[in-house]
Amino acid sequence: MINKLRELAAKRFDGAATLDPDADLFEALGIDSLQALDLLTDLEEAFDVEIPDYEIQGVNTLAGLAKVIARRQ
Amino acid sequence: MSFDGKTLSWSLREQVIEVRLHRAPNNEIGSATLDELERLAALIRAGADGARAVLIYSEQPGFCAGADLRELHQGMADRRANGLPVDGDVRVFVDRIHEVFDTLDTAPLTTIAAVHGVCFGGGFELALTADMIVADKSARFCFPELRLGLVPGFGGIPRLNRDVGNAVVRDLLFTGRSLNAKRAQALGLVAQVVPRNEALPAARRLAEQVCRFDAQTVSAAKAFAKPLPVDELAEERELFCRLITQPAVAEALQKFVDSEDIRPYLP
Repeated sequence: MINKLRELAAKRFDGAATLDPDADLFEALGIDSLQALDLLTDLEEAFDVEIPDYEIQGVNTLAGLAKVIARRQ
Repeated sequence: MSFDGKTLSWSLREQVIEVRLHRAPNNEIGSATLDELERLAALIRAGADGARAVLIYSEQPGFCAGADLRELHQGMADRRANGLPVDGDVRVFVDRIHEVFDTLDTAPLTTIAAVHGVCFGGGFELALTADMIVADKSARFCFPELRLGLVPGFGGIPRLNRDVGNAVVRDLLFTGRSLNAKRAQALGLVAQVVPRNEALPAARRLAEQVCRFDAQTVSAAKAFAKPLPVDELAEERELFCRLITQPAVAEALQKFVDSEDIRPYLP
């Protein structure tokens, strides 16, 4: 799943393709609020899940996102 | 017939008034937008120059991020500093925007919102005045007002309740979460979901279709199928004006204005 997350993020953000799963992706990629929402939409579409915003509040890493998605599948 | 404003513009295209929202950064609704929306409402009340449909879309990154909270905060701070009731101007603003949104809601022609990106708070409420919402896959719908110690104040709760149902109102209102376009369509909120950047072309084709029908019949059908929830709108307006005097609102607005949060749109 981490690789798929990287691929998704890399479509929008330079540097995402090689991002460490535990790196702070908002800090590393400079993601602003609107981009974060776009990424959330991408994740919901790609993994066919519904992710309430509050479940990713405070989730800053690819590994964290993978956990949120996994428990929604 | 056309209008070029500071926050929005419109022109007549094939019997359709196309309203383009273009206030940076994301069409936040403040007094300038309200002034220009009132001009649009006046045009509609005067017969819309014979137009058969209104199509509202945005050229900004999202449809509309909601009310201009910085303007609201500044206005309330100024009134407080001058010893005036904080809700005075707010009530005037809310009364005016309700009149505009009610005009859009009940316009005797077909109204369409072409939505992409953020459609939050007052922006969501604007989209809810439309007869049909065409959303591209980037669209997200949200009522974040409870974060500010408020409820939606531009008629969003009664309109969403009318169009979709109270369980959805409670879900969005009490959690502050956002829905994507696909989920919004599944709930009946969105009429059509289209690929990214295709909302406006699809909405134009939809507008072309609705213009084929007899105008009088469309007007009569709309009056029957889309009644204005008058009492609930009045109650929501009163509740909003009562809540806005709470200290929690001033604190939340101050926090918003001061925030350097990289994700302020997320609840």
